[in-house]
Amino acid sequence: MNLPGPPLGLFPGWPESASTAAVRVDHLTLALLGVSGLLVAVLGLLNLYFVIRYRRGSRAPRPPLKISSGKIEATWIAATTVIFLGFFFSGARAYLDMERPPPGTLDLHVIGRQWMWDIRQPNGRREFDELHVPVHTPVRLLLTSEDVIHSFYVPAFRLKQDVVPGKVVSLWFNATKTGRFALYCSEFCGTMHDQMTGVVVVQSPDDYGRWLESSGALPAELGEGRRLFVQYGCAGCHTAGSSVHAPPLDGLYGRQIPLARGGFARVDEAYLRDCILLPQKQPPAGYPLIMPSFTGVIPEGQLLTLIAYLKELGRGAAEEAKP
Amino acid sequence: MSAAPPAQPSYLSAGLTVRSWLGTLDHKRIGLLYLFTITFFFAIAAAAAAAMRVSLLSPSGDLMTSEFYNRLFTLHGVLMVWFFLIPSIPAVLGNFILPLMIGAPDVAFPRLNLASWYIFVAGGLLVLYAIAAGGVDTGWTFYTPYSSTYSNGHVMAMAAGVFVAGFSSIATGLNFIVTIHRLRAPGLTWFRLPLFVWSLYATSIILVLATPVLAITLFLMGLERGFGVGIFDPKIGGDPLLFQHLFWFYSHPAVYIMILPGMGVVSELITCFARKRLFGYPVMAAATLMIAILGFLVWGHHMFVSSQSMYAGVVFSLLSFLVSVPSAVKVFSWTATLHRGSIRLDTPLIYALGFLGLFTVGGLTGIFLATLPVDVHVHGTYFVVAHFHYVMVGGMVMAFMGGIHYWWPKISGRRYHEWSGRIAAVLIFIGFNLTFFPQFLLGYMGMPRRYHIYSPEFQTLNVFSTAGASILGLGYALPLIYLTWSFFRGPAAGPNPWRATGLEWKTDSPPPKDNFAETPVVTEGPYAYEEEQS
Amino acid sequence: MSAASSPTLSPAEARADRSVTNHLGMWVFLATEVLFFGGMFLAYSLYRHAYPEIFRQGARTMEFWPGTINTAVLLTSSLFMAIADRAVGSERRRLVGFCLGLTWLLGAAFLGIKAFEYAAKVRAGLVPGRSFRGPPGTGPRLQIFFFLYFAMTGLHAIHMIAGLAAVGWLIVLHRRGELTPLRAEPVAIVGLYWHFVDCIWVFLYPLFYLPGR
Repeated sequence: MNLPGPPLGLFPGWPESASTAAVRVDHLTLALLGVSGLLVAVLGLLNLYFVIRYRRGSRAPRPPLKISSGKIEATWIAATTVIFLGFFFSGARAYLDMERPPPGTLDLHVIGRQWMWDIRQPNGRREFDELHVPVHTPVRLLLTSEDVIHSFYVPAFRLKQDVVPGKVVSLWFNATKTGRFALYCSEFCGTMHDQMTGVVVVQSPDDYGRWLESSGALPAELGEGRRLFVQYGCAGCHTAGSSVHAPPLDGLYGRQIPLARGGFARVDEAYLRDCILLPQKQPPAGYPLIMPSFTGVIPEGQLLTLIAYLKELGRGAAEEAKP
Repeated sequence: MSAAPPAQPSYLSAGLTVRSWLGTLDHKRIGLLYLFTITFFFAIAAAAAAAMRVSLLSPSGDLMTSEFYNRLFTLHGVLMVWFFLIPSIPAVLGNFILPLMIGAPDVAFPRLNLASWYIFVAGGLLVLYAIAAGGVDTGWTFYTPYSSTYSNGHVMAMAAGVFVAGFSSIATGLNFIVTIHRLRAPGLTWFRLPLFVWSLYATSIILVLATPVLAITLFLMGLERGFGVGIFDPKIGGDPLLFQHLFWFYSHPAVYIMILPGMGVVSELITCFARKRLFGYPVMAAATLMIAILGFLVWGHHMFVSSQSMYAGVVFSLLSFLVSVPSAVKVFSWTATLHRGSIRLDTPLIYALGFLGLFTVGGLTGIFLATLPVDVHVHGTYFVVAHFHYVMVGGMVMAFMGGIHYWWPKISGRRYHEWSGRIAAVLIFIGFNLTFFPQFLLGYMGMPRRYHIYSPEFQTLNVFSTAGASILGLGYALPLIYLTWSFFRGPAAGPNPWRATGLEWKTDSPPPKDNFAETPVVTEGPYAYEEEQS
Repeated sequence: MSAASSPTLSPAEARADRSVTNHLGMWVFLATEVLFFGGMFLAYSLYRHAYPEIFRQGARTMEFWPGTINTAVLLTSSLFMAIADRAVGSERRRLVGFCLGLTWLLGAAFLGIKAFEYAAKVRAGLVPGRSFRGPPGTGPRLQIFFFLYFAMTGLHAIHMIAGLAAVGWLIVLHRRGELTPLRAEPVAIVGLYWHFVDCIWVFLYPLFYLPGR
């Protein structure tokens, strides 16, 4: 396992804090530690004191209480509730910020499968068990699983998101330090769950840009997309000259199109995904409703490659990739 | 009350054949049958834990394969949760003491009681079969789709065992509810009941309402495994999260099934060994019921990162904070009970004080987990493992041990060796903290749970934890030895060696088969200890 | 239970007291059954909300008459159960035997019709799994409907079998002359259970047979 070295921090073992969220989480934790520590100390000392002072046979006076027990009860119920609600509010506020991404994030796709992380950069570049991101940039991960539930966990960012088959979930962060940070799967997913680990590599924007360009995988990805387009029979209907009247796909991406049941839709990644998996959901106007559903037929990884290909159709880049 | 010599032989000598035990309708004997059975399952689950802790000494986990490790932690969870913790106080101490404590000759449905033990054993046998046949690696939580589609262990047999054992829980809960409503001695009104009875009542409500949901969830998961598709299967449009919602709807209240009886025991121990009335009795009773009710509303806090809606997360977080308030109130009330008491550090009280400290830490770390952003970081890590071991082992098991020692004279008619008891209690406390406190740190550092192989920077704390576990193991072994010894050779205890209040102390030790020579009549509230001046 | 639970009760009072206890026990048990079936009713509601079309498609494959006749059969059996309960109190032995017997036969008839329906579904390839063949125009998602159908009606059928065993036991008690006005309780208690299981069916019937009709 090629993980980064031991984490540094406030005391030996305290994990590195490498995202904007991490700072807020650590503040909350410290506050909780303070209040808990105080409470445990007070209760512990009080109990110790009582056990000694009021041991059987001791001469300590034991008159009945002067304050009514009702007042005491009310006080500690109120105090506990107020303190707890305080933590609830601070926590909920920070949490909602952590859950709601700002606009304009850099989006990456992540697929969890037994027992690896399959990551797609925005330009199509693919990596396994490694996630390269630029520092000080809001990054959004769109995650799904191809098989069982996994969980994408980066302790240094204090962030975690379960990755569920059948849906796409998102997680956003803004890394504050360059470096290499441990990535773990934190939902038991089978025999090699504990080896589904990786590294998040945070680089300066320049380094990241250079890294992104360097692989040259772009045409290869589109070539793969084209191959899938043919393999799954899409080309049989969705090309000029087909006997089936199916919507042409060149230059379709990004357009507003009329729908069969009224209204319009913008052809984006989500719409393309629905057309392939749930063709009855929002069919375009003017075409017979005969497209079959590919749910359960196309694995998630191939689906993303196909969608990437469809995005580029009609923009010229796809032409070069045709065999 | 009963100054006359016993009219009947004790329950222990009323019939000495194996058949008289296996066919008994006596709640006291059934309690002991449960005690032997849960001790057996505890031993197996503890052995699994020991093996895991030895493996965790080394980050590369060379001692065993990952497959084996994964099966060990599943076995440990399943046996400890369903075959030790859930039955422990209710089925052992509850069965034995409850009828005595309310002045009844037995529970409402004695045959159902015996049946519940047989059902429990049947469930246990199914689980043992699943283990012997190769085991299961899904974890005690059986999350789909791993459990329903992908795992190649003996999931159905294991789930069937838990399903069957669930009916034992339901039967016990049903019996207790009806017993407490219908069989109280004359004069024993609700607000004269000891807290142990209140806590068993609240526990029984959870047992009967929550356990059926677990049963149906396991049934649906098993059906999905059998058919090959099902309602949790995303391939046909099903939702894996539905399993989690249904599972935790039971499993969160389940933790209150575990802790409420322990809290009831602690109330008995602190009042007796401080010789003082319980501080704030009506609020304590109300808090017990509040915990049971609110406990049904917080299950989503196990699912903050599961992809449930963030707004649902906020609601569950709020409710989780609220359910912690009655627990805090109880801790404060127990401390206040010690104030101006007359305290002697007998073994049961050491366990009660240990409970107080460890449950407080466990409960407070629950507050950490209820705080949403903190949970996002520590969910699925050793922080959670440490939290639940603090409340379940540091809390529940300490209370169980305290209760066993407190009522041991009543159950066996003998005294155990007091200094052995005190030493074992302290050893358990020290060993426990050494085992589990480092795990809070490991969790915050980011070590995920259910990891057989782990990153080397986590090793030091793991070694501390394993060292603590060996002390903890020794601490648990000691009572097994001296309690068994005392059963046969200990000095006679007499009806009320602790000079405690409570109807169970008004009959002989051990009690006769029908509990009371004549039905007691109650004229005062619980814990009527006189203030003793020095 | 020999030692006095309350030394001042007469035998009749003790019996009445015990009867309340037994009734409380059965009601608590029925509460657990509500929670037991409740999980599946919840799943049904969620999926019906998410995928209404599969419930219409699935209901269309149900045969109307077996389901409807079964509902009538069960309701009638509950009627006879209730009559038997009244009859024990008024010491009409022949009526009791007759009613219990009819209850049992009607319950068995229900199960017979159910078995016939299940067999038809198996032949039509409607069991979820590898051999599932939905009717034309339906997709793999229809299996959710059939999964719920088999799970819920299957669990109900298991409860019916237990109910038949309980009614059978009542018939045995009756034959032995043990069902008297003084010992009428078993009929009332089993009756509660029988009516409850009937009630579950009264919900299952419209949920599986009637959507889209």
